Amino acid sequence: MNESINIPWLVGSLVAAIAFVALNASMLVWLERKVAGHIQRRIGPKEVGPFGLFQSFADGLKLMSKQLIVPECSDRILFKVAPLLVMVPAIMSFVVIPFSENLVARNINIGLLVIFAFASVNVLGLLLGGWGSANKYAVISGARAVSQNVAYEIPMLVTVVTMIMVTQTMNLNEIVLQQPDIFHWYIFRLNASPLMPVAFLIFFVCSMAETNRAPFDLGEAESELVAGFHTEYAGMGFGLFFLGEYANVFIGCSLATILFLGGWQSPFGVFPGVWWFLLKVYTLIFVVMWARWTFPRTTLYGLLNLSWKILIPISLFNLVLTGVMLKVF
Amino acid sequence: MNPSLFSAEGLSGVVFLGFVGLIASGALIATHTQRLIRAISGLALCLLGVAGMYYFLLSPFLALMELLIYVGAVCVLIVFGIMLAEPKPEQTVGKLNMVAGVVGVILGGVLFWGLVRLAQVAPWQASAVTGDFSLEAVGTQLLTSYSMVFELISIVLLVAIIGSVALARMGRERSKA
Repeated sequence: MNESINIPWLVGSLVAAIAFVALNASMLVWLERKVAGHIQRRIGPKEVGPFGLFQSFADGLKLMSKQLIVPECSDRILFKVAPLLVMVPAIMSFVVIPFSENLVARNINIGLLVIFAFASVNVLGLLLGGWGSANKYAVISGARAVSQNVAYEIPMLVTVVTMIMVTQTMNLNEIVLQQPDIFHWYIFRLNASPLMPVAFLIFFVCSMAETNRAPFDLGEAESELVAGFHTEYAGMGFGLFFLGEYANVFIGCSLATILFLGGWQSPFGVFPGVWWFLLKVYTLIFVVMWARWTFPRTTLYGLLNLSWKILIPISLFNLVLTGVMLKVF
Repeated sequence: MNPSLFSAEGLSGVVFLGFVGLIASGALIATHTQRLIRAISGLALCLLGVAGMYYFLLSPFLALMELLIYVGAVCVLIVFGIMLAEPKPEQTVGKLNMVAGVVGVILGGVLFWGLVRLAQVAPWQASAVTGDFSLEAVGTQLLTSYSMVFELISIVLLVAIIGSVALARMGRERSKA
């Protein structure tokens, strides 16, 4: 806390974060439908606006104009609080993400910790929403979401601890500053740990699983659980879960970009800036969508086995290896 | 002595009272609701207030750890436990009798008064480390001055892990037999 707090800047960036979350989600929905369409040899939305670009806005308007129905047996308060618990932490995380060297709302020393602290609240929202709906599918989905989140939080945090050992800082902007060009990106720093690309893969898979994205979207497996924890939600209640999911996808991909791919730094060392950051993040998001429409949904056991039997041992080994490398060299 | 509401002290007082309100209301919800799951939500609210208090006391690292561990992990695990146990909605916490309530209030009052007196009377010594609350300082202190505490905590955690593994194993054998 070595800087004075600039209140107008903070308020302005919070408003910008909220606007960005909404715009980003609507664009990602459009992109997701387009990507899905082309992967499945159809063309996706095309009627509303050029290339169907305004389809998401039409959907958003529809969602906002719908009635919020609260089921009679549900726990009213928890049912209404749950979508906020998913949405608010996601927006809070945007406060510390460095879009470029100066485009960061609050450049604090423990930015990485801020994101993980708020991300951990997210699952509480899913759980309370699932439980509060008093719907058996929603409850099953909540239980799945928790076992999945707990399982994947461990390899993710172990990988992040490894990265903190290498970078020696939790300040996201400093981590980016340490990677001025493509040879200094942490994914290619094999002298820090020969397993760096594997660490990136573990981090990426875990962030996909943490955000309940396919092929790990067991929490909302339509064929078995109707729609999972948001089965009972109508209108903007569902909309907030949806916005939160896409915001979390963005946060996961931007963390992967910052930690491993040089954040807003240019690969060639020229013209660093926000465009590189967005380019990298949206490329990763495209990969996430690509994976969703390529791989079928795993089973719950496959999912938990992947984490406990493969990802956690590898990430722990990587942690020890990195420690040894840091000590020896 | 009364600082204006819009001075720096006044505003920080408002923030302080806000966190106190969060903690108190969360605690009241946790102890007074009839539904378990709401009690956990109250606990989460209370812990959020505690995290805010740490932030207010210029220790953002502790505040975030509180959020990460207590709200994000402990509360989630308790909710998970409740979901697995599946209490019926009509199954609520039974009403305690009046005597227990009165005794509880008196004991709580005595404890509160004692703590207040302690805070007023006891000669508090300022901590040896001041002004540096950065992560590096916390880490260095933890592995030098407080390494004994650190090791003890690790042993407690190890015992807890072994205990839970042992309990889980026992359950498995019983179900086989």
